[in-house]
Amino acid sequence: MTKVNVYVTLRESVVDPQGIATKEALQTLGFNEVENVRIGKVIELELNGSASDIDAHVKEMCDKLLINKVIEDYRYEIGEVAGK
Amino acid sequence: MKFAILTFPGSGSDIDMYHAVKEVLGAEAEYVQHIETDFAGYDAILIPSGASYGDYLRPGALAQSSPAIEGLKAFAATGKPVLGVGNGFHILAETGLLPGAFLRNKGMKFRAGSAKLTVHNTDSKFTADYENGQEVTIPFAHEYGNYYIDEATVAELKANNRIVFTYADENVDGSTEAIAGVLNEQGNVLGMMPLPERAVEEIIGGTDGLPLFNSILKRWSENNVSQA
Repeated sequence: MTKVNVYVTLRESVVDPQGIATKEALQTLGFNEVENVRIGKVIELELNGSASDIDAHVKEMCDKLLINKVIEDYRYEIGEVAGK
Repeated sequence: MKFAILTFPGSGSDIDMYHAVKEVLGAEAEYVQHIETDFAGYDAILIPSGASYGDYLRPGALAQSSPAIEGLKAFAATGKPVLGVGNGFHILAETGLLPGAFLRNKGMKFRAGSAKLTVHNTDSKFTADYENGQEVTIPFAHEYGNYYIDEATVAELKANNRIVFTYADENVDGSTEAIAGVLNEQGNVLGMMPLPERAVEEIIGGTDGLPLFNSILKRWSENNVSQA
Protein backbone atom coordinates (compact mmCIF):
# COMPACT_ATOMS: atom_id res chain seq x y z
CA MET A 1 0.00 0.00 0.00
CA THR A 2 1.31 3.41 -0.96
CA LYS A 3 0.35 6.52 0.91
CA VAL A 4 0.27 9.88 -0.82
CA ASN A 5 -0.19 13.13 1.05
CA VAL A 6 -1.41 16.00 -1.11
CA TYR A 7 -0.90 19.45 0.42
CA VAL A 8 -3.27 22.10 -0.90
CA THR A 9 -2.90 25.84 -0.37
CA LEU A 10 -4.43 28.89 -1.94
CA ARG A 11 -2.27 30.37 -4.69
CA GLU A 12 0.03 33.22 -3.67
CA SER A 13 -2.07 35.64 -5.72
CA VAL A 14 -5.25 34.73 -3.84
CA VAL A 15 -6.05 36.51 -0.59
CA ASP A 16 -6.48 34.04 2.28
CA PRO A 17 -8.81 35.76 4.77
CA GLN A 18 -8.69 32.77 7.11
CA GLY A 19 -4.91 32.99 7.19
CA ILE A 20 -4.97 36.74 7.79
CA ALA A 21 -7.44 36.40 10.68
CA THR A 22 -5.35 33.61 12.21
CA LYS A 23 -2.14 35.65 11.87
CA GLU A 24 -3.80 38.53 13.69
CA ALA A 25 -5.04 36.17 16.41
CA LEU A 26 -1.53 34.76 16.91
CA GLN A 27 -0.11 38.28 17.12
CA THR A 28 -2.79 39.21 19.66
CA LEU A 29 -1.61 36.24 21.74
CA GLY A 30 1.88 37.72 21.71
CA PHE A 31 3.49 35.72 18.91
CA ASN A 32 4.89 38.81 17.26
CA GLU A 33 7.33 36.83 15.12
CA VAL A 34 4.44 35.65 12.93
CA GLU A 35 4.68 37.47 9.61
CA ASN A 36 2.27 35.45 7.54
CA VAL A 37 -0.17 32.54 7.85
CA ARG A 38 -1.58 30.54 4.94
CA ILE A 39 -4.17 27.88 5.67
CA GLY A 40 -4.62 24.89 3.43
CA LYS A 41 -5.63 21.27 3.65
CA VAL A 42 -4.07 17.84 3.46
CA ILE A 43 -5.61 15.06 1.42
CA GLU A 44 -4.36 11.58 2.35
CA LEU A 45 -4.62 8.98 -0.37
CA GLU A 46 -3.99 5.29 0.17
CA LEU A 47 -3.35 3.48 -3.09
CA ASN A 48 -3.18 -0.20 -3.86
CA GLY A 49 -0.41 -1.34 -6.15
CA SER A 50 -2.43 -1.37 -9.38
CA ALA A 51 -1.26 1.97 -10.76
CA SER A 52 2.03 1.66 -12.62
CA ASP A 53 2.84 5.35 -12.68
CA ILE A 54 1.82 6.82 -9.34
CA ASP A 55 3.13 10.30 -10.15
CA ALA A 56 1.11 10.56 -13.32
CA HIS A 57 -2.02 9.27 -11.60
CA VAL A 58 -1.73 11.59 -8.61
CA LYS A 59 -1.23 14.56 -10.91
CA GLU A 60 -4.26 13.55 -12.92
CA MET A 61 -6.37 13.16 -9.77
CA CYS A 62 -5.30 16.65 -8.70
CA ASP A 63 -6.02 18.17 -12.11
CA LYS A 64 -9.37 16.48 -12.53
CA LEU A 65 -10.85 16.83 -9.08
CA LEU A 66 -8.74 17.41 -6.02
CA ILE A 67 -7.41 20.87 -6.92
CA ASN A 68 -9.01 23.89 -8.49
CA LYS A 69 -6.09 25.44 -10.33
CA VAL A 70 -7.79 28.82 -10.56
CA ILE A 71 -7.29 29.37 -6.83
CA GLU A 72 -5.15 26.52 -5.47
CA ASP A 73 -1.60 25.16 -5.61
CA TYR A 74 -0.45 21.75 -4.42
CA ARG A 75 2.50 19.54 -3.76
CA TYR A 76 2.54 15.90 -2.73
CA GLU A 77 4.70 13.31 -0.99
CA ILE A 78 4.70 9.58 -1.68
CA GLY A 79 5.45 7.07 1.08
CA GLU A 80 4.69 3.53 2.19
CA VAL A 81 1.94 2.74 4.67
CA ALA A 82 3.59 1.20 7.76
CA GLY A 83 3.02 -2.56 7.99
CA LYS A 84 1.56 -2.57 4.46
CA MET B 1 -41.04 24.92 -23.51
CA LYS B 2 -39.69 22.26 -21.17
CA PHE B 3 -37.24 23.02 -18.38
CA ALA B 4 -35.10 20.36 -16.70
CA ILE B 5 -34.28 21.09 -13.07
CA LEU B 6 -31.08 19.19 -12.56
CA THR B 7 -30.71 18.02 -8.97
CA PHE B 8 -27.74 16.54 -7.14
CA PRO B 9 -27.65 14.99 -3.68
CA GLY B 10 -27.87 18.07 -1.47
CA SER B 11 -29.52 20.42 -3.95
CA GLY B 12 -31.68 22.83 -1.99
CA SER B 13 -33.76 25.33 -3.93
CA ASP B 14 -34.97 22.87 -6.57
CA ILE B 15 -38.58 23.21 -5.41
CA ASP B 16 -38.37 27.01 -5.59
CA MET B 17 -36.98 26.69 -9.11
CA TYR B 18 -39.72 24.26 -10.13
CA HIS B 19 -42.38 26.57 -8.70
CA ALA B 20 -40.94 29.57 -10.54
CA VAL B 21 -40.98 28.00 -14.00
CA LYS B 22 -43.98 25.70 -13.64
CA GLU B 23 -46.46 27.71 -11.58
CA VAL B 24 -45.38 31.31 -12.14
CA LEU B 25 -43.97 31.20 -15.67
CA GLY B 26 -46.44 28.53 -16.80
CA ALA B 27 -43.87 26.43 -18.67
CA GLU B 28 -43.28 22.70 -18.45
CA ALA B 29 -40.79 21.59 -15.82
CA GLU B 30 -39.36 18.29 -14.66
CA TYR B 31 -36.89 17.32 -11.98
CA VAL B 32 -33.99 15.44 -13.47
CA GLN B 33 -31.62 13.56 -11.22
CA HIS B 34 -27.85 13.65 -11.41
CA ILE B 35 -27.79 10.04 -12.65
CA GLU B 36 -29.50 10.94 -15.94
CA THR B 37 -27.25 11.41 -18.95
CA ASP B 38 -29.49 12.49 -21.81
CA PHE B 39 -31.10 15.92 -21.89
CA ALA B 40 -32.21 15.92 -25.52
CA GLY B 41 -35.87 16.17 -24.54
CA TYR B 42 -35.43 19.50 -22.76
CA ASP B 43 -35.14 23.08 -23.95
CA ALA B 44 -33.28 24.48 -20.95
CA ILE B 45 -31.43 23.18 -17.90
CA LEU B 46 -31.68 24.91 -14.54
CA ILE B 47 -29.21 23.97 -11.82
CA PRO B 48 -30.54 25.02 -8.43
CA SER B 49 -28.71 26.14 -5.33
CA GLY B 50 -28.10 24.21 -2.13
CA ALA B 51 -25.04 22.24 -1.09
CA SER B 52 -24.46 19.43 -3.57
CA TYR B 53 -22.43 16.58 -2.03
CA GLY B 54 -22.37 18.49 1.24
CA ASP B 55 -20.03 21.13 -0.23
CA TYR B 56 -17.26 18.58 0.44
CA LEU B 57 -13.79 19.21 -1.01
CA ARG B 58 -14.96 22.50 -2.58
CA PRO B 59 -18.53 23.65 -3.26
CA GLY B 60 -19.64 22.10 -6.55
CA ALA B 61 -16.47 20.02 -6.94
CA LEU B 62 -17.79 16.52 -6.36
CA ALA B 63 -20.72 17.05 -8.72
CA GLN B 64 -18.15 16.71 -11.51
CA SER B 65 -18.21 12.96 -10.98
CA SER B 66 -21.97 12.72 -11.59
CA PRO B 67 -23.12 10.92 -14.73
CA ALA B 68 -25.20 14.00 -15.65
CA ILE B 69 -22.17 16.20 -16.23
CA GLU B 70 -21.25 14.76 -19.63
CA GLY B 71 -24.87 15.19 -20.72
CA LEU B 72 -24.89 18.72 -19.36
CA LYS B 73 -21.76 19.57 -21.35
CA ALA B 74 -23.24 18.09 -24.51
CA PHE B 75 -26.45 20.04 -23.94
CA ALA B 76 -24.55 23.30 -23.38
CA ALA B 77 -22.60 22.71 -26.59
CA THR B 78 -25.86 22.75 -28.57
CA GLY B 79 -26.41 26.38 -27.57
CA LYS B 80 -29.53 25.76 -25.49
CA PRO B 81 -29.78 27.77 -22.27
CA VAL B 82 -28.23 26.56 -19.02
CA LEU B 83 -28.71 28.57 -15.83
CA GLY B 84 -26.91 27.77 -12.58
CA VAL B 85 -27.69 29.77 -9.45
CA GLY B 86 -25.83 29.68 -6.15
CA ASN B 87 -24.38 26.19 -5.83
CA GLY B 88 -25.45 25.66 -9.44
CA PHE B 89 -22.97 28.40 -10.37
CA HIS B 90 -20.30 26.60 -8.32
CA ILE B 91 -20.96 23.44 -10.33
CA LEU B 92 -20.75 25.27 -13.68
CA ALA B 93 -17.43 26.82 -12.66
CA GLU B 94 -16.01 23.54 -11.34
CA THR B 95 -16.95 21.69 -14.53
CA GLY B 96 -15.27 24.38 -16.62
CA LEU B 97 -18.44 25.50 -18.38
CA LEU B 98 -17.84 28.92 -16.82
CA PRO B 99 -14.53 30.55 -15.89
CA GLY B 100 -13.38 31.31 -12.35
CA ALA B 101 -13.60 29.72 -8.93
CA PHE B 102 -15.12 30.43 -5.54
CA LEU B 103 -13.61 31.41 -2.23
CA ARG B 104 -15.31 31.86 1.10
CA ASN B 105 -17.08 35.21 1.47
CA LYS B 106 -14.69 38.02 2.25
CA GLY B 107 -16.10 38.37 5.78
CA MET B 108 -15.76 34.56 6.30
CA LYS B 109 -19.45 34.32 7.16
CA PHE B 110 -22.55 32.87 5.60
CA ARG B 111 -24.68 35.80 4.53
CA ALA B 112 -28.26 36.05 3.37
CA GLY B 113 -30.41 38.98 2.38
CA SER B 114 -31.45 41.03 -0.60
CA ALA B 115 -28.72 42.12 -3.00
CA LYS B 116 -29.03 45.10 -5.28
CA LEU B 117 -27.72 44.16 -8.70
CA THR B 118 -27.01 46.17 -11.84
CA VAL B 119 -27.94 44.54 -15.14
CA HIS B 120 -25.24 45.10 -17.79
CA ASN B 121 -25.97 43.04 -20.84
CA THR B 122 -29.55 42.90 -22.10
CA ASP B 123 -28.77 41.11 -25.35
CA SER B 124 -28.41 37.70 -23.71
CA LYS B 125 -30.94 34.87 -23.65
CA PHE B 126 -31.36 35.52 -19.96
CA THR B 127 -31.69 39.28 -19.73
CA ALA B 128 -33.61 40.58 -22.76
CA ASP B 129 -36.54 41.52 -20.50
CA TYR B 130 -34.40 43.81 -18.36
CA GLU B 131 -33.17 47.28 -19.26
CA ASN B 132 -29.52 48.11 -19.55
CA GLY B 133 -28.26 49.59 -16.30
CA GLN B 134 -31.44 48.58 -14.48
CA GLU B 135 -31.09 48.03 -10.75
CA VAL B 136 -32.85 44.95 -9.45
CA THR B 137 -33.22 43.37 -6.03
CA ILE B 138 -32.58 39.63 -5.82
CA PRO B 139 -32.22 37.50 -2.68
CA PHE B 140 -28.94 35.77 -1.95
CA ALA B 141 -27.86 33.21 0.66
CA HIS B 142 -24.31 31.89 0.50
CA GLU B 143 -21.03 31.34 2.30
CA TYR B 144 -18.89 30.61 -0.75
CA GLY B 145 -19.89 33.42 -3.09
CA ASN B 146 -16.55 35.20 -3.40
CA TYR B 147 -16.07 34.78 -7.14
CA TYR B 148 -12.40 34.81 -8.11
CA ILE B 149 -10.97 35.34 -11.58
CA ASP B 150 -7.62 36.72 -12.64
CA GLU B 151 -7.15 40.09 -14.35
CA ALA B 152 -6.73 38.64 -17.82
CA THR B 153 -10.07 36.84 -17.54
CA VAL B 154 -11.77 39.98 -16.22
CA ALA B 155 -10.56 41.86 -19.30
CA GLU B 156 -11.80 39.08 -21.58
CA LEU B 157 -15.21 39.00 -19.89
CA LYS B 158 -15.56 42.78 -20.12
CA ALA B 159 -14.48 42.90 -23.77
CA ASN B 160 -17.16 40.36 -24.67
CA ASN B 161 -19.90 41.79 -22.48
CA ARG B 162 -20.05 38.57 -20.46
CA ILE B 163 -20.50 40.19 -17.05
CA VAL B 164 -24.28 40.28 -16.84
CA PHE B 165 -24.87 41.23 -13.20
CA THR B 166 -22.75 43.09 -10.67
CA TYR B 167 -23.53 43.96 -7.06
CA ALA B 168 -24.76 47.55 -7.16
CA ASP B 169 -24.12 49.04 -3.74
CA GLU B 170 -22.48 46.45 -1.50
CA ASN B 171 -20.25 43.69 -2.82
CA VAL B 172 -21.79 41.20 -0.40
CA ASP B 173 -19.20 38.45 -0.77
CA GLY B 174 -16.07 40.21 -2.00
CA SER B 175 -16.28 38.93 -5.59
CA THR B 176 -13.74 40.15 -8.14
CA GLU B 177 -15.08 43.34 -9.76
CA ALA B 178 -18.31 42.83 -7.73
CA ILE B 179 -19.36 40.22 -10.30
CA ALA B 180 -22.67 38.51 -9.45
CA GLY B 181 -23.36 36.76 -12.77
CA VAL B 182 -21.35 35.75 -15.86
CA LEU B 183 -21.97 34.18 -19.26
CA ASN B 184 -19.90 31.61 -21.11
CA GLU B 185 -18.30 32.55 -24.42
CA GLN B 186 -21.28 31.34 -26.48
CA GLY B 187 -23.70 33.27 -24.27
CA ASN B 188 -25.95 30.31 -23.50
CA VAL B 189 -24.66 29.41 -20.03
CA LEU B 190 -25.26 31.84 -17.16
CA GLY B 191 -24.04 31.44 -13.60
CA MET B 192 -25.09 33.77 -10.82
CA MET B 193 -24.86 33.68 -7.02
CA PRO B 194 -28.12 35.56 -6.27
CA LEU B 195 -31.30 33.51 -6.51
CA PRO B 196 -33.81 34.86 -9.09
CA GLU B 197 -36.28 32.01 -8.41
CA ARG B 198 -36.85 33.55 -4.99
CA ALA B 199 -38.06 36.82 -6.53
CA VAL B 200 -40.91 35.86 -8.83
CA GLU B 201 -44.02 36.89 -6.87
CA GLU B 202 -44.95 39.96 -4.84
CA ILE B 203 -46.03 37.76 -1.95
CA ILE B 204 -42.45 36.54 -1.48
CA GLY B 205 -41.02 40.02 -1.56
CA GLY B 206 -40.55 41.02 -5.18
CA THR B 207 -40.62 40.03 -8.83
CA ASP B 208 -37.23 41.23 -10.05
CA GLY B 209 -36.17 37.67 -10.85
CA LEU B 210 -39.12 36.99 -13.12
CA PRO B 211 -37.82 38.85 -16.21
CA LEU B 212 -34.88 36.42 -16.26
CA PHE B 213 -37.17 33.41 -16.69
CA ASN B 214 -39.40 35.37 -19.06
CA SER B 215 -36.38 36.21 -21.19
CA ILE B 216 -35.49 32.52 -21.56
CA LEU B 217 -39.09 31.63 -22.47
CA LYS B 218 -39.48 34.50 -24.95
CA ARG B 219 -36.24 33.74 -26.75
CA TRP B 220 -37.26 30.10 -27.04
CA SER B 221 -40.74 31.04 -28.31
CA GLU B 222 -39.32 33.38 -30.96
CA ASN B 223 -37.00 30.69 -32.25
CA ASN B 224 -39.68 28.06 -32.33
CA VAL B 225 -42.25 30.28 -34.04
CA SER B 226 -39.75 31.12 -36.76
CA GLN B 227 -39.08 27.42 -37.28
CA ALA B 228 -42.76 26.56 -37.65
